[in-house]
Amino acid sequence: MESLGVLMTFPMNHYLEEELERRCKLFRLWEAPPERRAEFLRSNAPSIRALVGNANVGADADTIDALPKLEIVASFSVGLDKVDVARCRERGIRVTNTPDVLTDDVADLAIWLAIAVLRRLCEADRYVRSGAWTTMGDFKLTNKFSGKRVGILGLGRIGLAIAKRAEAFDCPISYYSRSEKPYPNYKYYPSVIDLASHCDVLVVACPLTEETHHIINRQVIDALGPNGVLINIGRGPHVDESELIAALLEGRLGGAGLDVFEKEPYVPEELFSLENVVVVPHVASATWETRKAMADLVLGNLEAHVTNKPLLTPIV
Amino acid sequence: MESESEPSPPPPPSFSDADDPPPSHSPELPEVIALSPLLPAFDAALSARFRLLKPSPLPLSSPISSAASAALVRAPTRVDAALLDLVPSLRLVVTTSAGLDHFDLPECARRGVAVASAGHVFSPDVADYAVALLLDVLRRISASGRYLRRGEWPLRGDYPLGSKLGGKRVGIVGLGSIGSLIAKRLEVFGCIISYNSRKAKPSVSYKFFPTVYDLATECDVLILSCAFTNETRHIVNKDVMHALGKDGVIINIARGGLIDEEELVKCLMQGEIKGAGLDVFENEPSVPNKLFTMDNVVLSPHLAAFTTESSSDLLELIIANFEAFFSNKPLITPVSM
Repeated sequence: MESLGVLMTFPMNHYLEEELERRCKLFRLWEAPPERRAEFLRSNAPSIRALVGNANVGADADTIDALPKLEIVASFSVGLDKVDVARCRERGIRVTNTPDVLTDDVADLAIWLAIAVLRRLCEADRYVRSGAWTTMGDFKLTNKFSGKRVGILGLGRIGLAIAKRAEAFDCPISYYSRSEKPYPNYKYYPSVIDLASHCDVLVVACPLTEETHHIINRQVIDALGPNGVLINIGRGPHVDESELIAALLEGRLGGAGLDVFEKEPYVPEELFSLENVVVVPHVASATWETRKAMADLVLGNLEAHVTNKPLLTPIV
Repeated sequence: MESESEPSPPPPPSFSDADDPPPSHSPELPEVIALSPLLPAFDAALSARFRLLKPSPLPLSSPISSAASAALVRAPTRVDAALLDLVPSLRLVVTTSAGLDHFDLPECARRGVAVASAGHVFSPDVADYAVALLLDVLRRISASGRYLRRGEWPLRGDYPLGSKLGGKRVGIVGLGSIGSLIAKRLEVFGCIISYNSRKAKPSVSYKFFPTVYDLATECDVLILSCAFTNETRHIVNKDVMHALGKDGVIINIARGGLIDEEELVKCLMQGEIKGAGLDVFENEPSVPNKLFTMDNVVLSPHLAAFTTESSSDLLELIIANFEAFFSNKPLITPVSM
């Protein structure tokens, strides 16, 4: 696909970048300083037929409109909140994402975050490294994870993988979804507040859309309560971050494990001082195995597009 | 020159049980001797149900004249011939741990002293922590959290990639209560489980290896969940670590003495193994300082077993064992000797 002009929006993965450089005509959006971006797009637009974006920088309406030759948006992510899918549909632009290959890693992290918050894992590690164990005695008792009621917001691929894992820890599973699913072992709740009222650990695992923006609001947080733990491996804007921080500071929420934030890579520093909060820098799919599989999927979709074969993982 | 006087014999131990006289209308409560210092919650719960004798000072160093037949001990109080000689009336010792390295079990058996342990109360919590340690070491999650807290995410971009848990070959050393719960959890995460144990277990489908060395040669991860005995001391040595290899990860939630700790630190520093998750150490609470600056290790202060839930389960179990004993019923969690 040497003639395929590809705009990569962000330095998301070395291997992907090298392969695109090797096999296509690669344009790197981040090489243009922000004030020169529009000009960069304008001058290269005649050559750009494909866009590879990710959760940092996708393909919004302005970008799509600036690229009249755009045929395909291949996102290096499963979430498409940064792609104006409707605009792509209007223009007849194909859209692909990277489902399935990252499901395991994301589900693994969700479980890890729940254990880490309840068992104060990071705090305990800091306790040893600081030498406190020798001077201040044993660490305090923490909270058991096994057997806790796990509520999953969104029972898609990732939500199901989280449920399967939590079941191995004897956790009763409940969920909220737009419609009830055929899983009789998992209890369905018709609203997020109902779900939050009946679980100990609430995991956000649904797509980010206009409807799910701030789906975790003050009411849901209060329903989860002072013994409840919120785990977010979805998108930062799923959670009203300022309400979350207020609830944590006031003790209205028992704890939080967060992989995503409203304004990545900026994380409110109030979250650093709370021992019942674990924050990590959007690492849910961050293994070399999974990122290579995601990259291969992006490359495979582009290859299929240029050879007129069926796309591997099309959304549009 | 003054002649040295003989050391005077230690004063006989005193009992502090006068605070809780038995209720006047109930039969005399059975006696339980606390041969180790008690946590306040345990003291209170036991005192409510039994006549709790608390000899002082501890550890016991001279005979006591009680006729009490049941005692509670916590590690590191050793239950051996010396202790049993001081309390010859004992017929039952209940301990607060699953680990029994503080017991001379053959000696207890010889004297007809039954032993009751913590059984399985701690197993789920320990298994949970083992899984979390393994994920953390492979994925470098805590290290990425430190990176975030140092403010490096906006400055230096994403944290370097870790390694996926799914598909890893995990070798479990000791497939008992804890080991089998670890196996059950990790299978669902897509790990391939094999194990080493004193004997192969025909009822499990995991592949058995007759030695830890053999296990290490065919695994990416070693998880230690076996008892600490003379035979298992330093069972993870230099050869085992080299067999595990440069991508290998060791998780220890059992006892520090299972690993040659000095060698482990060397292997970690030289990249002979990839990383380690350690809840236990050879000389707790001392931990080799070199580990403190490593990002490929995750450390915890011997807490894998201890949650509010497991503590309350333990207390219930201890009381149930004593009550069974006093009603001549079978112990709930007897140790076979």
